[in-house]
Amino acid sequence: MKNNRFIIFAGLLAIIAAVFYFTTNVDQVEDKETKMKVAFVYLTNPGDHGWTYAHEVGRQQVQEHFGDKVETSYVENVPEGPDATRVIRELAQNGNDMIFTTSFGYMEPTLKVAKEFPNIKFDHITGYMRAENMATGNIRFYEGRYVQGVVAGLTTKSNKIGYVAAFPIPEVIQGINSFAQGLKSVNKNATISVVWANTWYDPVKEGDAAKVLIAEGADVLAQHTDSPAMLQTAEKAGVYGFGQSSDMHEFAPSAQLFASVNNWGPYYIAQIQKAMDGSWTTGEGPDHRAGNTWKGLSEDFLVLTDFKNMPSNVAKAAQEARDGIANGSINIFSGPMMDNEGNQILASGEVLDDGGLWAMNYYVDGVIGKIPN
Amino acid sequence: MIDALVLTILMTSVPLILAATGELVVERSGVLNLGLEGMMLMGAVSAFALTYVSGSLLVGLLAGIMSGCLTAAIFGFFVLGLATNQVATGLALTIFGTGLSGLIGSDFVGKAIEGLPTVFPETLSNMPFIGVFFALDAIAYLSIFISFLVWIFLFKSKYGLILRACGISHNSAHSLGYKVLTVRWCSILFGGMMAGLAGAYLPLMLTPHWSEGMTSGRGWIALALVVFASWMPSRIVYGAILFGAITIMQLAGQARGWTIPPQFLSSLPYIATIFVLVLISSKGTAKYLAPSDLTRPFISSK
Repeated sequence: MKNNRFIIFAGLLAIIAAVFYFTTNVDQVEDKETKMKVAFVYLTNPGDHGWTYAHEVGRQQVQEHFGDKVETSYVENVPEGPDATRVIRELAQNGNDMIFTTSFGYMEPTLKVAKEFPNIKFDHITGYMRAENMATGNIRFYEGRYVQGVVAGLTTKSNKIGYVAAFPIPEVIQGINSFAQGLKSVNKNATISVVWANTWYDPVKEGDAAKVLIAEGADVLAQHTDSPAMLQTAEKAGVYGFGQSSDMHEFAPSAQLFASVNNWGPYYIAQIQKAMDGSWTTGEGPDHRAGNTWKGLSEDFLVLTDFKNMPSNVAKAAQEARDGIANGSINIFSGPMMDNEGNQILASGEVLDDGGLWAMNYYVDGVIGKIPN
Repeated sequence: MIDALVLTILMTSVPLILAATGELVVERSGVLNLGLEGMMLMGAVSAFALTYVSGSLLVGLLAGIMSGCLTAAIFGFFVLGLATNQVATGLALTIFGTGLSGLIGSDFVGKAIEGLPTVFPETLSNMPFIGVFFALDAIAYLSIFISFLVWIFLFKSKYGLILRACGISHNSAHSLGYKVLTVRWCSILFGGMMAGLAGAYLPLMLTPHWSEGMTSGRGWIALALVVFASWMPSRIVYGAILFGAITIMQLAGQARGWTIPPQFLSSLPYIATIFVLVLISSKGTAKYLAPSDLTRPFISSK
């Protein structure tokens, strides 16, 4: 008797789960041959701020740009790992012509499914693995962080900058080091304290990290995690911060100095256009290097919101730094450059190439502490 | 500087105290509700949504408490009404609460509200050393008070004795004429209200916005805390502050450039819980052991 009830209960749960599952596959109308079908895989609910939201804005731009010619759909809340493989495979089976997977952790699932469906075009965001039918796209997020460093250096009074970071991977370390380069270009005395949250998204922990950094004397905060909690904490404590991935000024009207906004729309539109023209390619060679797109401020892949809550001379310096990076007159990682243990990374006149950027496993001078392994 | 750290530690521990105290009462009555995380999320989303819509923190708080209670009622219906397996039902409740709160909250992502105010004026909270104890909000003080009341109730009152009897041996309690199911219903609903309040504290105080899954495992820490506290209310308060201190100190340690791996510090609450489990089982003092009828469904023979 007891067992029967449990089975009924489990059955009910399975039905509920199935209903939830199928309702998350929104916008999937029946197949029409003339339309190109493009699907997006999202890590979280898009909401209206942060990483996935920026991708959703890109998808909407695609829909607006192509109108009836393209049919887009997305699946949200897809965990990285085996679940992702299942979702991507289903999208491939459902007749999508092109699939964008929008988180680093989808890299291997995407590659696996790409090999099973050689006629479908896959595009993985922020990864490094490519195949005949799998390209990669990324934004030079670190360029925006240099500008943040400039603004922080001119804003701070305590000369202590707090930095809440997610995981010690090259992308995040690039950001910290780029911030430090910007900071040092205007303020030699300021230092950066990094706190690793070990999560991309845990508002309470991010808020706690911000409180701790403020308690330690930081008066400008930067973040490489996804929630607006740090900015809200900064707002409450009367210090400053920067928005992440999307404009977060609504959470912190007097604390957000500016936000670096990820602008995926142009990339998605260009890739889909290429697929329509037949010019989409991932290039020759085992690593399909040509299938990688990595652009930043110069191509508006990264956009900065208005500079606010700062005096006009700081805003001017920020604008100059932004323009300098965009037109190539500022090279963020150029010699002489030292790590924070006194070893020389770049001699005078040397410039770090993309390979060097992805191999970053050190803090540059100005950052306190060591990278955890 | 130290003041601010202590304040952060105290605030971090408040939801743990609330949720764990509620769960303690539930477990003392012989029911294990692993759905804490789900109930907290339901409390969090309702509290935020109602505060946002009505503009009143009080309405939001009540909504949080009520929805925690309602979510617990679903659990009660299954484990008491249908005598289902408590572990499986509790896990299902967590999944259910996570999903439903995300669905309800999808319209409220990205909205911001004003958080709870502090109780005492700034002149008190700005005092050196002791000022930090006057810098908290009403729920923080309430959490300590509730924990004290629960202790009085459980160990100094007749009804507390009945509740504990149901947890130790529901058959004995039943043969003495006590209504085991009624007692368990009451404690499950109380546990739900406390979890709802704990959840409400997150979007109303700690980070005044709603985001999906914002409890991020705090329900599980609260569950570990009940075991850590060996089912004693006062120890929940100490334990929560200790767990809060570990969480905050690992962040502060990083900011100061200490070289202890943060992953190790993050796992400390769980290691401490296992350590306490080993200690109490080797001591074998009945008072500090798990209620012996914990997780055993009660089916009255008619």
